[in-house]
Amino acid sequence: MNDKNDIMMLDAVERYIRGEMNPDERLYFENLRKTNPEIDQLVVEHTLFLQQVNRFGEWQKFRSTLNEVHTDLAEQGKINSDRLKGKARVVYLWNKYKRVTAIAASIAGITALTISSLVWSISPKPSTAELEMLKRKVIVQEAKTNIMQKDLNDVKHDVNNKMDVPVIYKIGGTGFLIDGKGMMITNAHVVKDSRNIRVFNSKGDQFNAFVVKLDMVRDVAIIKIDDDHFKPFSSLPYGIRKTSSDIAEPVFTLGFPRDEIVYGEGYLSARTGFNGDTLSCQIAVPANPGNSGGPVFNHSGEVIGILSAKETEAEGAVFAIQSKYIFKALDELKKNKLYENVKISSKSTINTLDKVQQVKKIQDYVFMVKGD
Amino acid sequence: MKQENNERALLQGLARNDRKAVETIYKQNYNMVQSLVINNNGSSDDAKDVFQEAMIVLYEKARSGTFELNCQVKTYVYSVCRRLWLKRLQQTNRFTEVGDIEAVVSVEDDVDEHTKRNVEFEMMDKAIGGLGEPCKSLLEAYYLQKKNMQEIALSFGYTNAENAKNQKYKCLVRLKKIFFTHYKNGNSDE
Repeated sequence: MNDKNDIMMLDAVERYIRGEMNPDERLYFENLRKTNPEIDQLVVEHTLFLQQVNRFGEWQKFRSTLNEVHTDLAEQGKINSDRLKGKARVVYLWNKYKRVTAIAASIAGITALTISSLVWSISPKPSTAELEMLKRKVIVQEAKTNIMQKDLNDVKHDVNNKMDVPVIYKIGGTGFLIDGKGMMITNAHVVKDSRNIRVFNSKGDQFNAFVVKLDMVRDVAIIKIDDDHFKPFSSLPYGIRKTSSDIAEPVFTLGFPRDEIVYGEGYLSARTGFNGDTLSCQIAVPANPGNSGGPVFNHSGEVIGILSAKETEAEGAVFAIQSKYIFKALDELKKNKLYENVKISSKSTINTLDKVQQVKKIQDYVFMVKGD
Repeated sequence: MKQENNERALLQGLARNDRKAVETIYKQNYNMVQSLVINNNGSSDDAKDVFQEAMIVLYEKARSGTFELNCQVKTYVYSVCRRLWLKRLQQTNRFTEVGDIEAVVSVEDDVDEHTKRNVEFEMMDKAIGGLGEPCKSLLEAYYLQKKNMQEIALSFGYTNAENAKNQKYKCLVRLKKIFFTHYKNGNSDE
């Protein structure tokens, strides 16, 4: 309370000093200043302080000009100072020609890309190995476990003849709810070969789920939680964005690259995906196997994509399927009478919260998806 | 008369932190100052330090608006450098008689004022440095680089300008506290 008042006061003082108040406000403030010596003192003190800060800024700028001028003149031999030697000289030259180098490098880069994309587009067999699907293999020590399981089974077999064969989940990914009743989105490549699917929330509760729609082309799968102890939510905090997003928009992801929900942040780096794929877009976020199928959110907490793959040849190039294809997949699903009532929202209710609060609200709706 | 006009223009440029003006003054005076320092127990690094200090004194003078040049820029720069170098020699007990190579004017007051200002700037530098992130970058972006709140909110990842503004004020309160503590301590020490 007190803190807030202080900030409001400071804001008023600063606007007064900078002359940003309208005449009425100004008059009111000046009266206040006359009657309240404390405020008057604050104005005087803050004016002094702002002056000091301003002059400090200018002083800093001037000093850096001086340093630049000195190195330049010394380098050109116009003053008799020692020329830079060794490492310092390399650093200087690098700073000086950084722009030129950057331009040259990007031209080289563009040329290389153009040529490689040409080569790629005319080459008979496109190599899919360059894209690494981000599903996670959960076969940690699979062989070992199998043997142990076998031993165990043998032992149990003697005790109890009608032993269920346990399901071993080998594939892991991420999924997120698109309605409160348990409809979820993940990548098709995460669940395509699985008979049994189980989803885990961040609290560790697990539910059975089944595939209701598999779109291999777009790599989108809709799955539905089918478990008695799943409690439906009345609504979701986030919405799904219908339109494309803009380059440089900050984004964040939630996913399960390990058995714990992991947050990552970055930005939208290109509107298209691998080799100009218009289904997807490119984002720069840290992503690991297990992130597949995870939601990509923008700063207002809207889902703008489904994280799906990363380029093996390039660092930091991660691809996400654009969120509008969630609507497309759903529209197709609605042709089935069973699902014609599924509704998803494009409105996010957390757009005004800061990121920590957003993530807190979202994380209950993001699940680890495991399949056998 | 022509030279006088030239020098006035040069000083006006300097006051605006105009790169051309800085370069010109630098070129015309640096070698002279370097000879002075090197001939009197100094290195070329010392020369650079002293010369740049003198440039700041000249810059502050030119900016104050009340500065009437009653000698050549060259004489003034030389005098300030000489004074600064003597002071430094005294501090390190390397005092020697300085053999003069140029005419000298009295700059004692200017140099003292400059030293005082330097102390204040260093205090500000320390206070800002002691803030930690993101406060440091936030305040620098607003008060030093003069970015507007909208840009800042975007580049620092605040959801809106209002949030960024609140955070900025919180940081500012802290900075003022640190600065004024130093300021009072610094002044009572003397």
